[in-house]
Amino acid sequence: MDRRVDRGDGGLTRKIRWGWIAAAAPPALFIGYFFAYPLIRILTLGLSELSIGASGLEARLLRVGWFTLWQATVSTILTFLAAAPLTWAVSSYRFPGRRLAMALATVPFVLPTVVVGTAFVALGWTESIAAILAAHVFFNVAVVVRTVSTLWSRIDPRIHEAARVLGASEWVVFRKVTLPLLRPAIAAAASIVFLFTFTSFGVVLILGGFQYATLEVEIYRQAVTLFDLPLAAALAVVQLVGVTGALYWYSRYQERTAVAWTLERGTNLKHPRGRARLAVLAATLGTLVILAVPVSVLVSRSLSGNYYQALFVDDPVVGTPISSIANSLLFAMVATVLATIIGIMAATVITGRSGQLSRWFDLTLMLPLGTSAVTIGFGFIVALDWPVDIRASIWLVPIAHALVAIPFVVRSTVPTLRSVPPETRQAAAILGASPFRVWREIDLPIVSRAALVGAAFAFVISLGEFGATSFIARPSSTTMPTMIFRLLSRPGEVSFGMAMALSVVLAVVTLGVVLAIDRARFGELGSF
Amino acid sequence: MPAQGLGPLIAPDPRKETMRHLTKILALALVLAACGGDDQAGTPESLTLIAHESFAEAVDEETFAGFTDATGITVKVLASDDAGTLVNQAVLSKDNPLADVLFGVDDTFLSRALDEGIFRAYQSENIDTVDAGLLREDDLVTPIDYGDVCFNYDKAWFEENDVALPDDLDDLAADEFAGLVTVEHPATSSPGLAFLLATIDSYGEDGWRDWWERMRDAGVNVANDWNTAYYSDFTRYGGETPVVMSYASSPPAEVIFAEEPTDVAPTGVIEAGCYRQVEYAGILEGTNYPESAGELIDFLLSAEFQERIPLTWFVFPANQDAELPTEFVEHTTIPTSPTRLSAEYIAENRDRWIDEWIEVMEG
Repeated sequence: MDRRVDRGDGGLTRKIRWGWIAAAAPPALFIGYFFAYPLIRILTLGLSELSIGASGLEARLLRVGWFTLWQATVSTILTFLAAAPLTWAVSSYRFPGRRLAMALATVPFVLPTVVVGTAFVALGWTESIAAILAAHVFFNVAVVVRTVSTLWSRIDPRIHEAARVLGASEWVVFRKVTLPLLRPAIAAAASIVFLFTFTSFGVVLILGGFQYATLEVEIYRQAVTLFDLPLAAALAVVQLVGVTGALYWYSRYQERTAVAWTLERGTNLKHPRGRARLAVLAATLGTLVILAVPVSVLVSRSLSGNYYQALFVDDPVVGTPISSIANSLLFAMVATVLATIIGIMAATVITGRSGQLSRWFDLTLMLPLGTSAVTIGFGFIVALDWPVDIRASIWLVPIAHALVAIPFVVRSTVPTLRSVPPETRQAAAILGASPFRVWREIDLPIVSRAALVGAAFAFVISLGEFGATSFIARPSSTTMPTMIFRLLSRPGEVSFGMAMALSVVLAVVTLGVVLAIDRARFGELGSF
Repeated sequence: MPAQGLGPLIAPDPRKETMRHLTKILALALVLAACGGDDQAGTPESLTLIAHESFAEAVDEETFAGFTDATGITVKVLASDDAGTLVNQAVLSKDNPLADVLFGVDDTFLSRALDEGIFRAYQSENIDTVDAGLLREDDLVTPIDYGDVCFNYDKAWFEENDVALPDDLDDLAADEFAGLVTVEHPATSSPGLAFLLATIDSYGEDGWRDWWERMRDAGVNVANDWNTAYYSDFTRYGGETPVVMSYASSPPAEVIFAEEPTDVAPTGVIEAGCYRQVEYAGILEGTNYPESAGELIDFLLSAEFQERIPLTWFVFPANQDAELPTEFVEHTTIPTSPTRLSAEYIAENRDRWIDEWIEVMEG
């Protein structure tokens, strides 16, 4: 009897282990070849020539490192404060324009830094820490709103009702019940906002003036302008260590605080009544109006001439600006497909097993988000001519986008997957389902909504991405952000106006895509 | 591709989809990569030219059509971010170069490239057409174009406020211009570095820091890049400063890209403090087709290509026989005595100068 049970158990474990390896291989290979390998090659190349002890360097490094950490932490906290009202409204209530509000909040995320920079300067936010922080909040509100509301809107309302019946006030319920349940999603959003602002480049350059530099800016200056590759590599290591430390803490925190609880099939949204109506209205409109201020500067500038028509005219220098939409959409689709598939596989692997291996796998997947674009771009140059030379391939562009987007898919799906009680999977496995079948029947339906949130981000990241790709040598293929940058690189009212108009087009395309993805369904959600 | 973009989101069997997409994308990448390299010497089907983005992105089918007609060789263009990134990438890949010809290295980055030995000597058959002032003693790189980095001023602002134009850099450091001048950061901006070099040439090793101290005390505005300086800080675009470091070719661009057709440039060039940037092309060591690469350099210097330069890249052709478009003749001032320092002198001192500049400006 005992032996039979043993054998059966052993077979099950073995099957699960093979399933785990099969799911882990594609993401591991992708990250290994397109991130870890180039990174190691460029860092060893740079560090091999490093001579320690240049004068006055340590003080400068310390100052830059401290400023980087400080501004990222404060930016993350401020972003949460700014995003809280809208997140609450869209997570708790069903109201007209709810989906539109969420999509609108995503628009800033995609706008090129250089364009937003000019809008901020026009609004009087110029060259100060306040301007840097304000811009970081502006760009990242969507990350918090979307990541947190995915989980929040699916908390079983009965938990809430039970607590109320037992006499807890709304505030106590929020603090003692809702907030602990939301912790994984809050930590996920915080880690992404932190990484984004930790590696901030354009915002700091444009709005910080010359006094402020993040590690990212300093790596660029050292590597590209001063040709000090060894020092740049050392800085990149400092940046990586900082990012890894933050991520390690985060992943331990997430594992410790994750509670398995039953998610609802769909979202649990009430119709707001009475005072709640007013609060929802204020939260939604308030947030959107604040976000709309910089955008309205772009819109009004784009309307001050016949700039939209000009986008359709063949220009001898830049070609027909509007045609850059095609390249942007193509790259974004490839990047989204790559990031979504790899991200879901990775998330399944991460939640399928606990322990060190899983934790480090998760952490490695997040690292590209916290690694400087210069480091990755130069890494491609020294590494990707093996086994075949793909250094000049146009597909490195969406691949680089996918590297940055995978963390979004992983972060938006892991909290949901963790909430699946392990007994559900075990029951299915004992009933004879293969690991893949278990994944398809149980995990996939649950994860699909969260994955769509990640996919939307992947698409939007790719649409708006400018930094990571500029250090890749590539066949010229103008995307919307590069076209905007080219228009802004030449003097003249029309050049400027067209850049503003194309930015508005980029915002509209983003809005359309996000709305479409939000509406998409992945079949029926499973019940369990 | 577009039709199946959202494929996996609605697909019934994601694992199959995954493998299909991954295989497809990898296969595509490999095929594209494989197209790049054939190792036969002689005449290739195509040559690869690597250049900074502002050059590469403006290339269209017509740019190299004349070259292809004459030689049967097509030209593939790779884009790199800026001149600094371009040189770095060429150095990092020198054992297995990405391209046959590099275009777009200037004096500020040239030494780095020469020190690393990435170029192969070549003397173009069209070299006699080049302005003697642009030529280097060695044949490692060939000058293709030049541009002058100069202060621009907002004509309307000067008229309204009845202020006289500055005659020299000392005037700009006077109280009259306090808070009215924008320059770019030399560590992040190429015109920024060019202007720092201009001040070093004007005031010498002993005096340049003093001039910058006066500018700092007068509240000079420092932008990190040209875009911000021109489109955010310049009074013409709603900023605070009527004098901004830009290019001698910016006023013609203001005419060509004006909202209402105009015959008068709204901005002008201040002759004081101009610096001449020369852009070179060179054959990359390690190319399999040095002869064809040489022909491509010849083409870059030919009148056909050179006459395309002003209105495409807003710089001046190195070939003196190339005709300039009327906008360039009418609306700009070509400075009579722009500063130029040798690549070798810049390389020896650049890092120190930038560090010292930062020290001065941070006070």
